[in-house]
Amino acid sequence: MDNSSDLHTPLYDLLREYGGRFVNFAGWQMPVQFTGIIAEHQAVRNAVGIFDVSHMGELLVEGPDAFKALDFVVTNSIGRMQDGKALYTLMCLPTGGIVDDIIIYREAADRYFICANASRKDVDFAHLRQATAKFRCKIFDCSNEYAQLALQGPKAAALLTKLSKLDVKSLSNFTFCDATVANIDSVRVARTGYTGEDGFELYCAPKDAVELFSAILKVGADYGLMLCGLGARDTLRLEMKYSLYGNDIDTECNPIEAGLEWAVKLNKGDFIGREALIVETQEKPKRKLIGFKMVGRGIPRHGYDINFNGEKVGVVTSGTHSPTLNVPIGIGYVPTSVAAIGTNIDIIIRDREVSAVIVETPFYQRAKHDYS
Amino acid sequence: MTIPEEFKYTKEHEWLCSEQDHFVVGITAHAQEQLGDVVFVELPEVGSRVKQGESFGSVESVKAVNDLYAPVSGEVIEINEQLADNAALVNEDPYGKGWLIKVKRTDDHNEDGNLLSAADYKKLLDG
Repeated sequence: MDNSSDLHTPLYDLLREYGGRFVNFAGWQMPVQFTGIIAEHQAVRNAVGIFDVSHMGELLVEGPDAFKALDFVVTNSIGRMQDGKALYTLMCLPTGGIVDDIIIYREAADRYFICANASRKDVDFAHLRQATAKFRCKIFDCSNEYAQLALQGPKAAALLTKLSKLDVKSLSNFTFCDATVANIDSVRVARTGYTGEDGFELYCAPKDAVELFSAILKVGADYGLMLCGLGARDTLRLEMKYSLYGNDIDTECNPIEAGLEWAVKLNKGDFIGREALIVETQEKPKRKLIGFKMVGRGIPRHGYDINFNGEKVGVVTSGTHSPTLNVPIGIGYVPTSVAAIGTNIDIIIRDREVSAVIVETPFYQRAKHDYS
Repeated sequence: MTIPEEFKYTKEHEWLCSEQDHFVVGITAHAQEQLGDVVFVELPEVGSRVKQGESFGSVESVKAVNDLYAPVSGEVIEINEQLADNAALVNEDPYGKGWLIKVKRTDDHNEDGNLLSAADYKKLLDG
């Protein structure tokens, strides 16, 4: 176990008791797996899994200009958000480089709650403070006030219904509310996630985290609930081609080439990075983040070279064995000229060229279920 | 943790078992547990030579790739073909169906000092 970091979530001791294998992630000791990544992955795809994601950052933007300030900082349009709505968006530099990808929750017109990547929370806070200095609003880092659990999978809604009087049917995708769950008041329940399955992210006070987690585990036995670690979280998100900050996106790439143009609203008015992103859109990106499946034998990993016709053209940003598809998959940047679906490329795996083919993404699409 | 008494071990967590005129090589129960779900094993070709302490292939779990190091020098006379279709055998039965290669040894004496007995290997794990 790597003990070089000493940030622990409120669930650290409990998760160790449950056999979690811990690794350092963004300065936090986080469980990478319990039973095994494949079993945990499949539990989320077929039943339900629970993750401790308390390392994620929480920020608050509050004040009469909160809307204007936030709309100026993020790429997506928050103008259509209503109270109780959540939105995926990006924050960019004037160059178009991505500062972070975040989820914004609108509590009120003058109050927005933000979930940020653990590794970027401090950068986001500084960026937000600086970028919104001219507006009448304040930015708060409230990360210490929240623990966060992710309950994900087709049986997540049924499980949650057992623990709460919340009308789960009324909570549509990317909405949230504050509810009593497992007799714990003021749990923020958001129908969001990072796995491609139906599910919920639950924000609670750190002092309540063990009780909430334990209650979910107890009830979860009837639903095939498995404890899941960051390993399964990574394979699940990669099957969806959800970006991981630091791997697939960073300040050196922009949302257009990263395939996140759907979260950029160039017509909403001025925002940081808009001019650069207009140019990028008009001139077409020189490179694109593509998804590929291996044809030859081997597993692509972050940092491996991508070759086309014997020449290096790009780099793998994320790769793994896909437990659902049972083939190795990866994503990476290649020049737009070789980014077409069906293009044959090679991944350099330990000095060998191994065949791969560019495919449509997401790699996985969930079956239609009645999740109510 | 299972550590068969009659096997020899390396510090890199391979095991070696004498069988007629050759040796069978695999990775230990400890190694497979640390790796997690093994999904791919890269092995040398039959007829190729391996050298003690040098990499002869790799084992990949969902999360990571690790080199495999030869416990002895020799010629690879057989590889475990079943791993191509079912690499999880390394997890399920590391000392049995999850074996990796069979080696006909070319050095009978000088390399033994680099191998660990079961007791020494256990000490290494207890560290």
